[in-house]
Amino acid sequence: MVKLTFVAPDGSQTQIDAPEGTSVMKAAVANDVDGIVGECGGAMMCATCHCYVDEAWADRTGPREDGEDDMLEGAASEVTPLSRLSCQIKLTADLDGLVVHLPEEQL
Amino acid sequence: MSQPGVIIVGAGQGGLQAAISLRQEGYTGPVTLIGAEPGLPYQRPPLSKAYLAAGDAEALVLRPESFFAAKDITYLHSTTVEAIDRDARRVVLPGGRLDYDRLILATGTRNLRPPIAGLDRALDLRTLADAGRLREVLASTRRVAVIGGGFIGLEFAAAARKLGHQVAVIEAAERLMARVVSPLMSRYFAMLHHDWGTEVHLGQPAVAVDETGVTLADGAHVPADTVLLAAGVCPNTELAEAAELAVENGIRLDAQLRTSDPAIFALGDCASFPDPRSGRQVRLESVQAATDHARLIAAQIAKGATASYAAVPWFWSDQGDRKLQIAGLAGADAHEEILADGIVARVDAIGVAALETVNKAGAHMRARRLLAGHAPVSLDELKAAVLKTAA
Repeated sequence: MVKLTFVAPDGSQTQIDAPEGTSVMKAAVANDVDGIVGECGGAMMCATCHCYVDEAWADRTGPREDGEDDMLEGAASEVTPLSRLSCQIKLTADLDGLVVHLPEEQL
Repeated sequence: MSQPGVIIVGAGQGGLQAAISLRQEGYTGPVTLIGAEPGLPYQRPPLSKAYLAAGDAEALVLRPESFFAAKDITYLHSTTVEAIDRDARRVVLPGGRLDYDRLILATGTRNLRPPIAGLDRALDLRTLADAGRLREVLASTRRVAVIGGGFIGLEFAAAARKLGHQVAVIEAAERLMARVVSPLMSRYFAMLHHDWGTEVHLGQPAVAVDETGVTLADGAHVPADTVLLAAGVCPNTELAEAAELAVENGIRLDAQLRTSDPAIFALGDCASFPDPRSGRQVRLESVQAATDHARLIAAQIAKGATASYAAVPWFWSDQGDRKLQIAGLAGADAHEEILADGIVARVDAIGVAALETVNKAGAHMRARRLLAGHAPVSLDELKAAVLKTAA
């Protein structure tokens, strides 16, 4: 299991444990983390799982996947260099302790 | 006595979203979600895509079992609602009755069964059970014929080709995906599937299925060991009809997604509603419509919100390595305009109706934003917004 922390825009934190191999989006949805929708189920079709990777973790989550930039154009909240679609971040042991920040809105 | 609360009939993605959104909007009364299928609510779109290759049913589950208890949502699976008693505000189940204050019908669709001899030999692809069966059959079969050249038929065809099968697609209309894309996009995908090695038969309805394959109207024979039926769907409106709710190409809704009974709403594939842009009564088969409907209905029930439904429709289909995306909704009266390679606009008398893109997600997302902003959108406005970096 990998530890994951979601930080809401108001600063409140939700900590969850998620199995390796799943995506940050799936982990959030399975644990009912408010603020990640994941409407298309991870097919990179909806941009409703937008998150900001905490700066300290940005190197380890790596660059955006193919097509992610394009979909982020439709994100409901501001897109920054730390923006990712959380469906494209796969959890590995290396990401144990990962912190991501949630946007104001997804829809 | 406790208040009766909300009953949702149908536990697909839309029905589940209604339950989720009711709680998110602060609704505190009882919520009961009733589904005919066994197991937890799951995503259907991957059934004709990723699931066929990987077979991971766990990955399709939308919410874990613990979610329902945590949100105080009663989920009844494997349960078919037998009738709605509108006067008593009650639904009839095999084992009893349940009272409601508000009822949401999310009954979805089932496969159309055209008059084809021997059609019971063909497999369906609607449910997880269907997809599981299909995967088993694909493990031992070589030649597959698909009746129907819509999204599901073509997604399946592409997946089956990738798995090494010999594949034929049989479409009764003169072009593929005729209801949902422009003639140009139909031709493009016909060419693609042909290039991938799939035999594409257009304008020839299947008339018979037997152990040797499929016979077409012109007498041609398409040899196949396995036949998939994917010739469209029809909305499940029987419950609504029996309860004498208005039905017109699905359960008929007003702009606030209410049926002809103000205590009863409907959503998703089983319902028709006024298209915000054209005013036409439309029925859409998409995750987007189902979940956006669900959110609007939940806000109405939980908070008395009065907004009319205004979401921009969008659709997607993954076929092989091509990602077809549609923003907006075009009728048969729209004409096509090529904006760039893989980007086609559909324009009608009001303005831009839809944008179709292939592997151009940025253009798709920009079109979605533009269409959501104001109406009508002119072709020049669309070009300016979409071609920014797409060319």
